[in-house]
Amino acid sequence: MLQRLPHLLGIEDLNREQITFILDQAKPFQEFQRYPLKKLATLRGKTVAIAFFEPSTRTRISFATAAARLGADTMAFQAESSSLKKGESLVDTVRTLEAMRPDGMVMRHSSSGAPEFVASRLDIPVLNAGDGTHEHPTQGLLDALTIRDRKGKLDGWNVTILGDILHSRVARSNIHLLSKFGARITLCGPAMWVPRELENLAPNLRRSLHVEEALDGADVVMVLRVQTERLHEPALAPEEYIQGYQLTAERLRLAREDAIVLHPGPMNRGLEIESAVADGEQSAVLEQVTNGLAIRMALLYHLVGAAAVDAPHPAKERTNASD
Amino acid sequence: MLLIKNGRVLDPATNTDEVRDVLLHGELISGVGANLSGDGAEIFDASGMIVAPGFIDLHCHLREPGQELSETIETGTRSAARGGFTAVCCMPNTQPVNDNASVTRGIVERAAASGSVRVWPIGAASMGSKGEALAEIAAMKAAGIVAVSDDGKPVANSRLMRQVMDYCDSLGLPVIDHCEDASLFAGGVMREGLQSLKLGLKGIPAQCESICVGRDVAVAQLTGARLHIAHMSTRGSLDYVRWAKKQGLRVTCEVTPHHFTLTDEDVRYDTRYKMNPPLASREDRDALIEGLADGSIDAIATDHAPHHAASKDVEFDRAPFGITGFETALALGLTELVIEGRVSLMRLVELFTTGPARVLGMERKLSPGQPADVTIFSTEHEWTYNAADSPSKSRNTPFDGRSFRGAPMATIVAGRVVYRR
Amino acid sequence: MRVVEKRQLLSAEQINRSLQRLSHEIVEKSAGANEIGLIGIRRRGVYLAERLAGHIRAFSQAEVPVGILDITLYRDDLSTIGPQPVVQSTEIDFPVDGRDLVIIDDVLYTGRTIRAAMNGLFDLGRPKRVRLCVLIDRGHRELPIEATFIGRSVETSDTEIVEVRLSEVDGEERVVLVDRVD
Repeated sequence: MLQRLPHLLGIEDLNREQITFILDQAKPFQEFQRYPLKKLATLRGKTVAIAFFEPSTRTRISFATAAARLGADTMAFQAESSSLKKGESLVDTVRTLEAMRPDGMVMRHSSSGAPEFVASRLDIPVLNAGDGTHEHPTQGLLDALTIRDRKGKLDGWNVTILGDILHSRVARSNIHLLSKFGARITLCGPAMWVPRELENLAPNLRRSLHVEEALDGADVVMVLRVQTERLHEPALAPEEYIQGYQLTAERLRLAREDAIVLHPGPMNRGLEIESAVADGEQSAVLEQVTNGLAIRMALLYHLVGAAAVDAPHPAKERTNASD
Repeated sequence: MLLIKNGRVLDPATNTDEVRDVLLHGELISGVGANLSGDGAEIFDASGMIVAPGFIDLHCHLREPGQELSETIETGTRSAARGGFTAVCCMPNTQPVNDNASVTRGIVERAAASGSVRVWPIGAASMGSKGEALAEIAAMKAAGIVAVSDDGKPVANSRLMRQVMDYCDSLGLPVIDHCEDASLFAGGVMREGLQSLKLGLKGIPAQCESICVGRDVAVAQLTGARLHIAHMSTRGSLDYVRWAKKQGLRVTCEVTPHHFTLTDEDVRYDTRYKMNPPLASREDRDALIEGLADGSIDAIATDHAPHHAASKDVEFDRAPFGITGFETALALGLTELVIEGRVSLMRLVELFTTGPARVLGMERKLSPGQPADVTIFSTEHEWTYNAADSPSKSRNTPFDGRSFRGAPMATIVAGRVVYRR
Repeated sequence: MRVVEKRQLLSAEQINRSLQRLSHEIVEKSAGANEIGLIGIRRRGVYLAERLAGHIRAFSQAEVPVGILDITLYRDDLSTIGPQPVVQSTEIDFPVDGRDLVIIDDVLYTGRTIRAAMNGLFDLGRPKRVRLCVLIDRGHRELPIEATFIGRSVETSDTEIVEVRLSEVDGEERVVLVDRVD
């Protein structure tokens, strides 16, 4: 069960039950976002290190807010202002943070596998907020929650993921998650960003290089950011991408009438997605943000809240606490 | 005098597979035969063991001069002796690069003073291995190099490669190339494939190597020179080499033990699985094993590449490429190739002896008058490799803790026992 | 933990009569049935609240809303080892502001649960008044908390446990006093 998970490093190694548990646990935290007073004392006295070795505003703020609303304190660490630039190794940076005794660490890093590297050296839970092009598990989970809420269930949908799949950790996490729930996934984008090998990543996965074909009959359309900041790659001219793959209102009509549109954000309006679609009724983008908070609160509650297995055993408490 | 008694002599050069005694006198072999006796000779009882000509490693990195934190000639050769190697060829990517006679002499002198086994340096092909101007190859040859390479990089410029090959041919030296296309390599860290997709690590396609092998073979055809492909890892490269041999070109190649043992599926984020060329696909690995068996591949070479612990204790992306390999090479050959029935024991010995010797243009055999370099090993001895026990300064190996059946038992160089289990 | 039954405190009949009486008391001691809201604490408090609302509906025709409160996130007595308890939803569909609330729980003991419940309620708004209704008050308060509406007061010792069993969840209707046996 999730409650025994020491870290959250990726979706690939979670099973249906664990994923469902996290989504279910996010529900009370979704409601919580509507309370006038959004402050719990559940994680009071706990400190969560928010270690972002790669720039990010939204995810970082989302995690920091989640921790704060649970009553925890945060220790913020950002690469731009850090000694990492001065050549301090990841091992040393992490050990320095650890010496300040946080109760958990949320980590984003540009190297795939870095959170796993760190988790193997620390005694505290590590939550992966995105590592290289490997996984972004909380994004996958909040996307799943959004789908489940909007469509009533999570199983068996036709999902089209549109964009630079090769370099997208969001795509990978979603592929791992949705395939465990029987989704039929179509990966669509320019040929050099959707290598054939991707089809072997999970069952029921197919690749399409043509957006019309890919959108036909889709229940969920996930649009990925065009990442202009990825290097080592000859770029594709924006006009080329727009012409071939932009999600326009017209193209969206090829999908099912009640299809929903997701985007991990931040959106390049006018590039991968037309403004009309981003703001339209089918867009679930804002719910994704709220759900992100709920998912992250649920995860912090369970992973950081759970005490160490070898902590001293208190006197057996009186029962008659309502169950 | 040293008398090696009752061992099973496997000598590929003479096609001998018999129980024989081998008598060593001074630095030479003085006799091979049944029931030899040598008055006053020290006796080595090799019953139940294989007695072979001394193993040669065509490809290793001893890190001296300049990178002694990771290894020195002394520690590296002690490790090589434990692996059964009697001679090792060290690559020139030291600091400074071995591109002139004085660096070569320095290495030769260090080896004479502190080396446990013979050290045959490989000189750079270009100055600083920058791929621009020819290195001082003739001077280095006089100082003792046995081949030429810019290992770590290819000789990318075809015109320069042609010049290198022509020049080396005139000097009787083979050209060893590390085959790689820089634009396809492009910051990659492991073989491109399903595993690299899953792990989110930048992939290097197999063709990154084979493109360069093809180019090299074409230049070999142009020049008629001796070309040796370093650490070949793909079927595509092997196809080019096979074609070249069929054309009668003087093209040879080597494969490392990790490339015939592991695949890209073994890579997760452990930097002990990161090397260049990267671990390849199963199909590639299987094709290499076939090539080892059918003679298309000439030698097994370790590409022993030590890196001190701190340098490898980083994120996979940032870790340097390379693993150590002297002490597990034979054991892996026995376990993965011979015990699995893919390759005969005689063939395995060839891959460590006459194969590498031929690449270097020399002989290797157990006959009177030959250098007293002998490798004695067991095919039965069970042991577990513990990297912490190694005399090497570095521990970067994926085989730490692995159990084997088969091990080097004694290594004799110039008549002296430099290692005994 | 093993338990052994010592004696029965309330039979099914007695539970029913207590709830009937409590429902009348609640209405009598409130300004009007329409200002009241019942807040059941998960789990058994919820069933009791629903039954009370049912009784009130029966004799006064007034629809008193019932809310469900999960106090997991507000507890101060979570064990310091092991996993976190599963959080359930709080479902209070009516506004809390200015409302005359009655918290319903099965047993009042140390008072910590009620303290947590009030924290939860005050995160939702500012009620006009909050009172407490319990089926059993077993004493041993550790906080200054009292119930206005009590089904039955019982004297207990520390090692004893009061178990309220309701048909909705336990398959039987009785309240028993059990002893903990380790």
